[in-house]
Amino acid sequence: MSDSIILDLPPFALFFIGAFVLLFLRGKTGSTIASIITVAVPIVSFIGLLQWQHGSFNEYQLLGLELTLIKIDKLSLLFAYIFHLAALIGCIYALHEKDRVQQIASLAYAGSAIGAVFAGDWITLFIFWELLALTSVFLILARRTEASYLSSMRYLIIQVLSGVLLFAGALMLIHQTGSATIRALDLNTASFSLDDLAIWLIFIAYGIKCGFPFFHNWITDAYPQATPTGTVFLCAITTKVAVYALARSFAGADMLVTIGLIMACFPIFFAVIENDLRRVLAYSMINQIGFMLCGIGIGTEMAVNGAVATAFNHVIYKGLLMMSMGAVLYRVGHVDGSHLGGLYKSMPKTTIFSIVGAASISAFPLFSGFVSKSIIMLEMIHSGHTVGWLLLLFAAAGVFHHAGIKIPFFAFFAHDSGLRVKEAPTNMLVAMGIGSAVCIYIGCSPALLYSILPYPIDYSPYDVSHVVTQLQLLFFSALAFVWLNLKGLYPPELRSTNLDIEWFYRRLFPQVWTLVVRGAGCFSHCFKLGGVNIVNGLIRFAEKYSEPPAVLARGWGVNSMLLALLSLMIVVLVFNYL
Amino acid sequence: MPYNIHFPALLIVLPLMAAPLCVIVRHSFFSWLIAVVVNICVVLFSVSLLLQVIDGDVIRYTLGGWAAPTGIEYYIDTLNAVLMVVISIISFFSLIYSKASIQAEIAPQRYYLFYTGWLLCLTGLLGIVITGDAFNVFVFLEISSLSMYMLIALGKERKQALLAAFRYLIMGSVGASFILLGIGFLYAATGTLNMSDLALHLVDADQSRTVIVGFSFITVGLLIKSAIFPVYSWLPNAYQYAPSAVTAFLAGTATKVSLYVFLRFFFHVFGSEYSFAEMLLGKILMPLAIVGFFAMSIVAIFQTDIRRLLAYSSIAQIGYMFAAVSMATEAGVAAGVIHIINHAFIKTALFIAVGCIAYRLGSSRIADMGNLIALMPWTASAFIIGGLSLIGVPLTAGFVSKWYLVTAAIDSGWWSIAIMVLLSSLMAIMYIGKIIEVFCFRKTTENMKGADVKEAPLFMLIPLWALIIISVYTGINGSIVVGTAELAASQLMGGML
Repeated sequence: MSDSIILDLPPFALFFIGAFVLLFLRGKTGSTIASIITVAVPIVSFIGLLQWQHGSFNEYQLLGLELTLIKIDKLSLLFAYIFHLAALIGCIYALHEKDRVQQIASLAYAGSAIGAVFAGDWITLFIFWELLALTSVFLILARRTEASYLSSMRYLIIQVLSGVLLFAGALMLIHQTGSATIRALDLNTASFSLDDLAIWLIFIAYGIKCGFPFFHNWITDAYPQATPTGTVFLCAITTKVAVYALARSFAGADMLVTIGLIMACFPIFFAVIENDLRRVLAYSMINQIGFMLCGIGIGTEMAVNGAVATAFNHVIYKGLLMMSMGAVLYRVGHVDGSHLGGLYKSMPKTTIFSIVGAASISAFPLFSGFVSKSIIMLEMIHSGHTVGWLLLLFAAAGVFHHAGIKIPFFAFFAHDSGLRVKEAPTNMLVAMGIGSAVCIYIGCSPALLYSILPYPIDYSPYDVSHVVTQLQLLFFSALAFVWLNLKGLYPPELRSTNLDIEWFYRRLFPQVWTLVVRGAGCFSHCFKLGGVNIVNGLIRFAEKYSEPPAVLARGWGVNSMLLALLSLMIVVLVFNYL
Repeated sequence: MPYNIHFPALLIVLPLMAAPLCVIVRHSFFSWLIAVVVNICVVLFSVSLLLQVIDGDVIRYTLGGWAAPTGIEYYIDTLNAVLMVVISIISFFSLIYSKASIQAEIAPQRYYLFYTGWLLCLTGLLGIVITGDAFNVFVFLEISSLSMYMLIALGKERKQALLAAFRYLIMGSVGASFILLGIGFLYAATGTLNMSDLALHLVDADQSRTVIVGFSFITVGLLIKSAIFPVYSWLPNAYQYAPSAVTAFLAGTATKVSLYVFLRFFFHVFGSEYSFAEMLLGKILMPLAIVGFFAMSIVAIFQTDIRRLLAYSSIAQIGYMFAAVSMATEAGVAAGVIHIINHAFIKTALFIAVGCIAYRLGSSRIADMGNLIALMPWTASAFIIGGLSLIGVPLTAGFVSKWYLVTAAIDSGWWSIAIMVLLSSLMAIMYIGKIIEVFCFRKTTENMKGADVKEAPLFMLIPLWALIIISVYTGINGSIVVGTAELAASQLMGGML
């Protein structure tokens, strides 16, 4: 009987019920119960989810439109599974945290994400889209620092802007077609005219949420500012909902391949020069989303499979890396690469988990990244994008470089910073352990993952060419890292016999490299500075006229009120007598 | 004879007669009781009237049996019936709330004056809405305005309250005299004061200069009364310094009633064709409305006093209503009416919540409200729900309003306005977000540590949550408000019956 009650509830309902119950829990027993609820909700909800069949449910009418609360197919199920898994891991990871605001926000946030992937129409999607923004912002605010407050406000504005654009686009689309059902939109034939404005609006709304270039700043701005536990949720959910939405409506849009390639490549430069290791991960996240977008942009069944499989794996391994950095942040108090190092002595287990995450994101054979990323690469070359394939190769090498080596190396090895801290709390270790287990399990036996992909798949990642290509890539990338490192430390040690080539890689390449790094730094700086200046200017302008003693905000004297009246009267008269 | 035939007259006469009764009784509790009992009757009358006209009928009640256009006529269609219900319900809840709230604000020997003024104000507001006679509108306008000046002047901070009331008095009197002048010109041109009759006569007299002058005067007069940008500046001080119950009552009703008169005159009496096509009313109003909702939302962001913040947000919301109405389409008018109704409930609830907070805190500075969600969970969460509704978050009444506003704008091809409305919602997020942030994430400030801050008294919370529940309900099941508003709009646009 209880089963059927759970079954009758929409899949996301338990999360909201849980969050609601948490509102009323007080005291010590209350916080124990709260912890139990946060862990139990994803599990119970997941069991409930397994009973749902494909199809449309809970259709309702709102404002004269036929809306579908729940529409289930393989694609949405896959994302729902992963959000459940991420919520479970995140909740376990956050068990030591007694901050009720974060617990409530996390549950409601995961619930909104699940609601969004099951939404069958634009309006429902919009509602959950905005809920995502509203619930997740508390995870940033909960850090309770001035910087995180400012960051969260910027985050909120951008997220809500995305929602507003989605809403505007959805309204136009509903206006044009009369139906609110979410469907595939053809971006390739969309023109820059008013007729297709709706498609562009929705595309940009999705794009903001998944961090298209120039819209990506919120990721690198907000994620490093969130609480250690909050980031784990943030990096699993928001962008993945956007990836889902793009896969649903824009599969096969050529533009996505270009955007995906840009996203896969440009963050590498930023990630290499960034010192805050959680921000490095944020950049690496953009890079990973780039891979997924390439897959969606290619649009073949196989490529979409690859994209969503990457999304699935990415949630786990990026979560794992974020968790390991969160553990460091929790114990050390900061994650600046320059002031860490040698932590493997005091946090050995965290180190191991971090390495598993790093191996997975770098797509080492036998780790989860390998079984999904290679599908996209393969499809890239099958669909004739040779340049694209080369760029992806570069990106893949870059991933290994900054996420696979830089993160564990600077945090746990490198020079010993003398930091001696305790190992991460048990619950964090358990969460990371689950994440690592999933990474390795999927990497070794991908059949389970392949069986839940939206399209039938016949692909074996473990053949000679895949493994060899990948290993070559990884080793050369590792070589580059070692070389650059040594170059910085012991220049005279690195002599070579071949002068031309030596000049090539010891003079020209370092110069180009410095230029690129400097350029990237400068560009990022200008971009930030310009944006900040414009925004500050606007705020100052508004402040000048709106702060309490200023002209718009004070109580006017009778004279000025009458003056305003007089001018209004003149305007009215002019118009009336025209 | 059906029992309810004299409800229209009773609706006005009862509070009007009860007002002097309060003066005679001179007892703080009994005058409150009289006001509440009368108000309950008024709620029942207005609901009964609404039920009579809800399927599109019109009640025309002739006072004293003098047939229109000679006598004064009460003209009740869906639009004013629904507004009467809104006004009486808001007045009722604010009255319940006032019982506790004025203890901190008004000297006990003035309580009976407070309720006298309240009843007169209620009479005036209902009278403006119910009457079908143009001159009668002016009379009731003065009744409500004069009693309102008095109510505002009763505020706690005497000097500022008096000054605010005085400013309001100046602007209000200018507005009222403009309206009177306008009506006078119309009378001169047509020889009648009955609105329906005026509408018939004005069709012939369209080109007359007298009518044009009358039109201009009425326009300006009504704009002052509805506090549209740039003649809004009487409003923030009045809202800030009035007793909190009065602010709640005023915010839900006063400007809304002026907007109603606006609709009645320009769509009903003059006809939308004349007002908007010939006299270009939309061309004047639309820019003012847009500048209004943008500028005032921005100003609201920077306020440090929560009541002033809400006051500016009110002016911004009036901008939305005027933007909707200025489209002069049926959908636009319906959107305007929906927003009038929804916003009335939301704003009253918000001001009551703020009143509760100030009652316990003794301050209405936002900076003093740190950690309020823990200290006054019920009040603070009510405020947050109301605030979300103000932003227009889905599942709240505010969403329904914005939805219809945006749809109406798109239907008439005003894409730019739809986008601007959505953009300005971002500002609402900022000013409400700022408060929520203080409520949930700031610590209690030093100067508030000593104060004994606890949950507001039950008698204040009940009206607050009643209003919040109404606004959430209308957000989830929007069809009641929407259906009525659409009917009202189609009646209004269809001209006289």
